[in-house]
Amino acid sequence: MSTLSLAVHDSSTMLRRNLLHARRYPSLTLNLLLTPIMLLLLFVYILGDVMGSGIGDGGGGRSEYIRYLVPGLLLMTIGSTVIGTAVSVANDMNEGIIARFRTMAIHRGSVLVGHVVGSVLQSVMSVVLVGAVAVAIGFRSRDAGVLQWLAAFGLLVLFATALTWIAVGMGLISPNAEAASNNAMPLILLPLLSSAFVPVHAMPGWFQPIAEYQPFTPAIETLRGLLLGSEIGHNGWLAVVWCLGLAVLGYVWSASKFNRDPK
Amino acid sequence: MTNLAIAANGLRKSYGDKLVLDGVDLAIPEGTIFSLLGPNGAGKTTAVKILSTLMSPDPASGDIRVGGHDLATDPQAVRAAIGVTGQFSAVDNLITGEENMLLMSDLHRLSKREGRHAATELLERFDLTDAAKKPASTYSGGMRRRLDLAMTLVGNPRIIFLDEPTTGLDPRSRHNMWQIIRKLVSDGATVFLTTQYLEEADELADRIAVLNDGKIAAEGTAEQLKRLIPGGHVRLCFTDPAKYQGAALTLRDATRDDEALALQIPSDGSQRALRSILDRLDSADIDADTLTVHTPDLDDVFFALTGGAGVPNQAMEAVR
Repeated sequence: MSTLSLAVHDSSTMLRRNLLHARRYPSLTLNLLLTPIMLLLLFVYILGDVMGSGIGDGGGGRSEYIRYLVPGLLLMTIGSTVIGTAVSVANDMNEGIIARFRTMAIHRGSVLVGHVVGSVLQSVMSVVLVGAVAVAIGFRSRDAGVLQWLAAFGLLVLFATALTWIAVGMGLISPNAEAASNNAMPLILLPLLSSAFVPVHAMPGWFQPIAEYQPFTPAIETLRGLLLGSEIGHNGWLAVVWCLGLAVLGYVWSASKFNRDPK
Repeated sequence: MTNLAIAANGLRKSYGDKLVLDGVDLAIPEGTIFSLLGPNGAGKTTAVKILSTLMSPDPASGDIRVGGHDLATDPQAVRAAIGVTGQFSAVDNLITGEENMLLMSDLHRLSKREGRHAATELLERFDLTDAAKKPASTYSGGMRRRLDLAMTLVGNPRIIFLDEPTTGLDPRSRHNMWQIIRKLVSDGATVFLTTQYLEEADELADRIAVLNDGKIAAEGTAEQLKRLIPGGHVRLCFTDPAKYQGAALTLRDATRDDEALALQIPSDGSQRALRSILDRLDSADIDADTLTVHTPDLDDVFFALTGGAGVPNQAMEAVR
């Protein structure tokens, strides 16, 4: 077998292992799903009227705000899911089985690739679930054809891949699950400082550049544009550059941490 | 000369300024059991970690070859030849025993059928068939250790590292493990075993090396090592100080232990030597409370070589 087919074979074995874990112990994934769903319900049903009249053309009320909110929450769902990735990577590294993998003639990176692919699949599933809740409470896309939906899906997968690699690195530097969950906290806090809940132009002037150029905002604006037909502008390529940059950074970081001698 | 399964020259490893292995040489022929013996912290586990490619040796180390492959330049070939059961169980606790086995057969790229076959066969051999469908987290220590070893054996490794395989096991599980290890070697594998149980090394190993302070303090067969230290003795214990004093005056060649009221008479423990001592005791009308025969065992060697305090008494055989 060639190196590539070995890598694919071993990675798919590791993926099966991670999916088995996720299926046996779904509570971690489900817990992490609660945050975006609660925020969705909170912002729509409790704060929706006020928020709705404060955004965009104004006077849209709750239904307008659902539309504004959902793209951001879908990306926040990914941020929330990958916290679980950081935790399970940290847990896994404390297991003796990882030492066993290191002494076997398998593709070195397959352990991490298994985690990443598994986590991206989980992210997609979580996004679908949160999306289903959103649709159930009244979210509808506007002017989105097949192409836009495909692009939206691609963006979500790319974004999930980028955040997952970062989360894997965070898991690898964490001595235990608690530390991993703390280290990965920014991934769920960042959306609060983005255009997910309120438009950037409604924020204090000094803060606007930070909110506008952090990774979440361009991705959120792009998703909004794809699903709701709003202006995407430079956010499209900015989102792709952020995703690729984070993915490569996360990959290089994780690989170097994983390949060092264990303690 | 037979082929060497493991050959290491000047194996060195330090953590920061703490030297753990200070030039260890190993030459382990194929198809033998080699035991690395040493007190806690002697560097046994570090040696296993390096030889099993888990950790890199210091650059100052010499040539290290495992299964004929250079550790530094071809670690993947080394990994393909070895199986490792570490000190801490290397099983996936979240999935069942059977799933653990199938995970291994997948990673060894066995076909589905071969994988199932190997899993079933090994689970049965290690008496885990009944527990196969239960999560490994529910296993007892002995079961987990057996699963661990069963996983190591998927893919038939030629060289097997066992790092303290019986630590924490009850006596029955330990004896089972010994039988398993003997069977592995009779099937042609080479076993590198670390242990802190001298009895275990004595029982299993073809050759034993005593590791102390990062260096091999002595190496040889169990018999050769036992010959390194002074011979055995007969120990007479008294409860009455007066009787003890009397006996000590009569038996001039005995070593006195005034605190314990005990006398030690050099002896090889043979029947003839024993009879002559008993005759002397009778003729001098000495009535010791207990008489024990002490033949040198690996414990003595171990304590003598690793600088432990005093020689322990528990290995003595009571005669009376």
